[in-house]
Amino acid sequence: MPQFDPSTWVSQIFWLIITFGVLYFLLSKLALPRLASILEERENRVSGDLEKAERLKQEAEEVLADYQKAIADARTSALAALKESADKIAATGAKRQAEFDAQLKEKVQIAEDKISVARTEALSHIKDVATEVASAAAGKLLGADVTEAKVSKAVDEVLGGRG
Amino acid sequence: MASGGSHSPMQQFEVNPIVALKLGSYDISFTNSALFMVLSAALITVFLVYSTRGRALVPGRWQSMAEMSYEMVANLLRDNVGSAGRQYFPFVFTLFMFILFGNIIGLVPGTFTFTSHIAVTFAMAIIIFLAVTVIGFVRHGAGFLRLFFPHGAPLWTAVILIPIELVSYLSRPISLSVRLFANMVVGHVLLKVLGGFVVMLGLFGVFVLPVLVSIQALELLVGALQAYVFTILTCIYLHDAIHLH
Repeated sequence: MPQFDPSTWVSQIFWLIITFGVLYFLLSKLALPRLASILEERENRVSGDLEKAERLKQEAEEVLADYQKAIADARTSALAALKESADKIAATGAKRQAEFDAQLKEKVQIAEDKISVARTEALSHIKDVATEVASAAAGKLLGADVTEAKVSKAVDEVLGGRG
Repeated sequence: MASGGSHSPMQQFEVNPIVALKLGSYDISFTNSALFMVLSAALITVFLVYSTRGRALVPGRWQSMAEMSYEMVANLLRDNVGSAGRQYFPFVFTLFMFILFGNIIGLVPGTFTFTSHIAVTFAMAIIIFLAVTVIGFVRHGAGFLRLFFPHGAPLWTAVILIPIELVSYLSRPISLSVRLFANMVVGHVLLKVLGGFVVMLGLFGVFVLPVLVSIQALELLVGALQAYVFTILTCIYLHDAIHLH
């Protein structure tokens, strides 16, 4: 095996150390700092963006909360106004109803009074008319004059019997 | 397929000098192995630097891959070592990328896999082993030796436990390096042998070709997995040195 030929070992190790050393120098001074800075920059950028997103989200949530509060406030005040006007309407309605009832009662009363007056009046006339009719009827039927006093008495008896 | 022939499955592991160099009495020739190390390092650098040139907030495909590899190794280190391991991140990341690219590039036919050489894997493993040991002693002083005796065990068990722990600790660089080296060698030998079959069987080779393709896919997975395993074990050793179990 060529690997076990010691004559090439020194040269191999010499060039290994040279190339490895140069590569180490190039990477540690050039490539690795650059890669590290790229990764770090990205890390910062991403975490910055995440922070910003978090802040914006919080702001949006605050706005939403404000909005919801405003909506709730508006709803309560609307309900209150609605209730108030409903109460007012109900109160006015009740008042008018009462007034109307009173007026109606008054009118009924007046009408009843009138009716009773008319009734009494009618009842007071009925005797005269009955007497007249009875005397006229008796006169025609009997052909004789019946005294008004007698008729009146008879009518009184009839009317009195009725009540 | 006699060994030594041009189709030997071992031929692909031969280290051939491209530019002969000498440092004192040592041969430090720029070889095909060195070429692919340089190529891997260059590709890693180009990949990571070029893909991130736009520093895009929303990454494209290439930048996404660079970020994924970064985060994968970062998570690996954090999960296994904790925040104390942060300072070792560039090393662990370089290690992972270097092995990963070495393994993956090596799977391109005709290339050389430098991670298939024990000299390379053992050098990496022994450097990690020594570094971890130094880190342990620097952080805990002599207290680092408690690593070899589990806390709360009866004192007399020290006779058995300390040698076992010591042997397991000292065998770390061997197991770490041999695991990667052996996986790479076996995978490439298998691919080479199967490839040889396909050619040898001529027309009937098409029946072996799907096997070759699936083994190639498997080797891709093994290459990534071994890079991961090497890295995670490095992290675990670091954890031991920093937190003592």
